[in-house]
Amino acid sequence: MELGSSDKTKATFSLADEDHTLANSVRFALNQDPRVTFCGYSIPHPSDARVNIRVQTTGDPAKEVLKDALQDLMGMSQHVRATFDKAVVDFKTSEPVKP
Amino acid sequence: MPRVSALDLPDLPKGQLPPHLELQRTRVHCAADAPIHTENIQYSGAYAMMGVDIGSRLDEFCKKFRVEVIRLTEDDMEFDMIGIDPAIANAFRRILIAELATMAIEKVLIANNTSVIQDEVLAHRLGLIPIKVDPSLFEYMSENDTPNEKNTIVFKLHAKCKKGDPRLTVKTDKLEWLPNGSELLVASENPASNPASKPKTYTSFSCSQKSLPEFSKHPIIPKHNDIIIAKLGPGQEIELEAHAVKGLGKTHAKWSPVSTAWYRMLPEVVLLEEVENEKAEELVKKCPVNVFDIEDVAKGKKRATVARPRACTLCRECIRGEDWEKRVALRRVKDHFIFTIESTGALPPDVLFTEAVKILEEKCERVITELS
Repeated sequence: MELGSSDKTKATFSLADEDHTLANSVRFALNQDPRVTFCGYSIPHPSDARVNIRVQTTGDPAKEVLKDALQDLMGMSQHVRATFDKAVVDFKTSEPVKP
Repeated sequence: MPRVSALDLPDLPKGQLPPHLELQRTRVHCAADAPIHTENIQYSGAYAMMGVDIGSRLDEFCKKFRVEVIRLTEDDMEFDMIGIDPAIANAFRRILIAELATMAIEKVLIANNTSVIQDEVLAHRLGLIPIKVDPSLFEYMSENDTPNEKNTIVFKLHAKCKKGDPRLTVKTDKLEWLPNGSELLVASENPASNPASKPKTYTSFSCSQKSLPEFSKHPIIPKHNDIIIAKLGPGQEIELEAHAVKGLGKTHAKWSPVSTAWYRMLPEVVLLEEVENEKAEELVKKCPVNVFDIEDVAKGKKRATVARPRACTLCRECIRGEDWEKRVALRRVKDHFIFTIESTGALPPDVLFTEAVKILEEKCERVITELS
């Protein structure tokens, strides 16, 4: 759910069923993007699983920038997974796993 | 002399931050009273005035990121993640604790309980027993579903301490797996309705779980067979049936697949000055985890060196007392995390971490599809 006025460069996205796990990671990914002038997240009430992410950019529509940040985060996780799997395989072949 | 801007003076490295700022950006300095420089300066334009861009995009991350496995056993593992941000490391830790599925006992049907342990306490203890089974072989069960062989595991516990016998300790090895489903009959209102049909039990298993290929060789048992469930005195008896279902740690901690998962930043201990002779002996004796060592230099002089910085627990003994803070600097590297995962037994720890990363990817995908 996106809330923003006619100005597409600034918007607040309200995500349901999310908490700090995704929101902090997305905020980090957004910060790395040079098109972003402001990004932050807040949790309106700890009992509701709802997160508000605010994005303000230098001209690109906020929705696109958020999507790019999520794609970056996905790419990072895939890379983490691949590197981790390779490291575990290397470790297991170099030493036998002790029970 | 021509006027030169301070930023263009020849001794300033161009394109890079000066060393003291680089230290502030990448290390947490642990002073005697509190750590400083703990914030992560992530904003890509933070050092724009100096002409340095610290925003790292995906390809730079991929080049810098490394994983080193230190220890890997069946139940726990310790590995290093280098080049990652605390936001993502914390996301993995949170997912490991709360959002990975496991099987745990949820419904306990008690036929007889004459022990001193109350029904609800007994049910609570049974729920916390870790079950050694791969949760991906099962489906979630919602409230309207009937319990069947795809979403429930049924266990039976029948322990009786006869009169005249000594006290009996009921351990998890007495939990029997029932692959054919529940044996307790549902009390029906019309007993004479259809005597020929099979009596209805609390679960409707269409086939025995033993016939499934994954379980035919390995029966489903709790991970440890010596967990004490209850203690019975003479004449006391417990007869119950327990149904285990799939759930997430978010709902109740019994469904958490890790006993715990944590990370710490790599400690960096630096000697700012030469520490010699008596001071060196003093330093080596002060540290409770033997981070420092004595090195014998020529002419009988002794020097202290940092031998095992990784073992540092930040007790700050080495900087207590006068003047020690000038000689020893305790720091933490901001992007090097030492992750430890202790699994309760359902899945090995490396599989758990891979699943956790997959779940973060799924979350991102879900939001992307919502946005489009």
